[in-house]
Amino acid sequence: MSEEIVLEAKSISKFFGKITALSDVNLQITKGEVLGVVGDNGAGKSTLMKVLSGLYKPSEGSLFFEGNKVNLNSPRDSQNLGLEMVYQDLALAGNLPIGDNIFLGREPVKKMGPFNFLDHKKRKQLTEEHLAKLKINVKSADQKVEELSGGQRQAVAIARATAFDAKIVIMDEPTAALAVKEVGKVLDLILNLKNLGVSVIVISHRMDDIFSVCDRVMALFQGTNFAESTLKNTSRDEVIGWIMGKKD
Amino acid sequence: MDKNQESTFVKLIPFFEKYGILLLILIMVTVLHILQPDVFLSWRNITNVFKQVSWQSMLALGVFMVIVTAGIDLSVGSIIMLSLMGLAIASKAGMPWYVVMLVAPAVGFLCGLFNGIGITLLKMPHPFIMTLGTLYIFRGVGNLISGGVPITGFADEIRVIGNGKIKLESILGEGSREYIPTSLILMIVIFFIFWVFLNHTRIGKWIYAIGGNPGAARAAGINVNRILIIVYTLCGFLAGIGGLILAGRTNSAYPNAGLQSELDAIAAVIIGGASFFGGRGTVLGVFAGVMIMGILRNGLNLMNVSVFWQQVLIGSIIIIAVYIDVLRREFSTRK
Repeated sequence: MSEEIVLEAKSISKFFGKITALSDVNLQITKGEVLGVVGDNGAGKSTLMKVLSGLYKPSEGSLFFEGNKVNLNSPRDSQNLGLEMVYQDLALAGNLPIGDNIFLGREPVKKMGPFNFLDHKKRKQLTEEHLAKLKINVKSADQKVEELSGGQRQAVAIARATAFDAKIVIMDEPTAALAVKEVGKVLDLILNLKNLGVSVIVISHRMDDIFSVCDRVMALFQGTNFAESTLKNTSRDEVIGWIMGKKD
Repeated sequence: MDKNQESTFVKLIPFFEKYGILLLILIMVTVLHILQPDVFLSWRNITNVFKQVSWQSMLALGVFMVIVTAGIDLSVGSIIMLSLMGLAIASKAGMPWYVVMLVAPAVGFLCGLFNGIGITLLKMPHPFIMTLGTLYIFRGVGNLISGGVPITGFADEIRVIGNGKIKLESILGEGSREYIPTSLILMIVIFFIFWVFLNHTRIGKWIYAIGGNPGAARAAGINVNRILIIVYTLCGFLAGIGGLILAGRTNSAYPNAGLQSELDAIAAVIIGGASFFGGRGTVLGVFAGVMIMGILRNGLNLMNVSVFWQQVLIGSIIIIAVYIDVLRREFSTRK
């Protein structure tokens, strides 16, 4: 694995009025790395992810993407750089088929005179290729999302995030809403992404998730970097301690 | 219900979802043909049904798009009246027919734009409120500009749209009285254009996406407010076209034009299988819904069934249609 740093956040602070949500937080992730971010409610996980995805502008500090300083003004900016967010509430339209959801807002079209018409064939083909690449099994690309199980929906959400050569995918509690037997599939999918060279940031409070897919784990506590370690050099108990603000 | 029975029932749902409505029309036509063998399927009666539904179908098509976004437009009946009045005043002012013809769709367009801007920019809690308001406003304005009295007599070029006949003498021989109403051709052309729009363009796809999950549409970078403004504007525009057709049919602009026709439009959309929860329904379904309402009214009239019974029947069909939608959701959605 190359040690090329894809994304780096340097001394990020974020203030909401008098409240300090983040204070001097650093984060970096290399190509194909899976980074777990843990922390108690209010530790600043969500705020940090919103800063990374361009939804919030940091009050202080800067972001570097592949070594270049970037200013993100909206999630569109981060998407254009290759950073995608998989939301906890999935953000899928249940009434539309899988393929339509994956390409929503970025549908392949064909030109006919002055008009752009949807290229249904191409969308279907791209969908099937992409699902095959991620080893996601569904009956058909035309199946409506509302007919899918929770795990399959999560897979579609991840497929959507990675359809346009994403370099980094941020997942907010990717297994929180899933049945136990489906958790494994989503974790496999994260490992697939890693093998494809995609960097993944997983926010999770489930130690099982963290310890089965992550290379490295970092803990936030009250808006600051609290602790960080490669997975090999830590243990569940230690990470749980970090979440509660305990360090030996 | 045992397991086996249930699974066959579930398997049949997609079939009925697609073709059930056409089956229903076929049954209605067969029954009416048996009950009224000489009259119902006669050329004259069938063209009459099409002429009746042509202006109503414009309202239904517009309201359908709005309902797909999980919205509602109660003002279309008033838009049709206001656009009709606008047309009549332009006509009385002596404007050339090709300008007069543009007035009705233009008035409808502006009314729809007003609705769309109100719903999105004023952040109304629900489109029901905004369009309930404009239901009163548009009809009030229509009466203000016309003085609340009917205006009659339009140029032949205007009348031809709602009342024109394409004679079939060249096909069926000299002296044959069969014809195709121009309004039927216009209706088919417009339905086809909107079918293409909703099924084969990105904006069409986004309209369905917004009805399915507006949050997902927003997360996908779709400007939801912009799409909603487009939808309400097109709905108003179609109501304006409806006004133009009605002008030709009645040769008159009258204060009660289109009164309560918004409810007929909503009924046709719901009967046609669109879901009131948004995101679901087809243009063909709307066409079928409009035809079912038209055939039902026509058939009951032919059999001298009282208007009161017609109301009871149409109301019952709406409830049954929505109940079928509820059942469909229960069976097909995995939670």
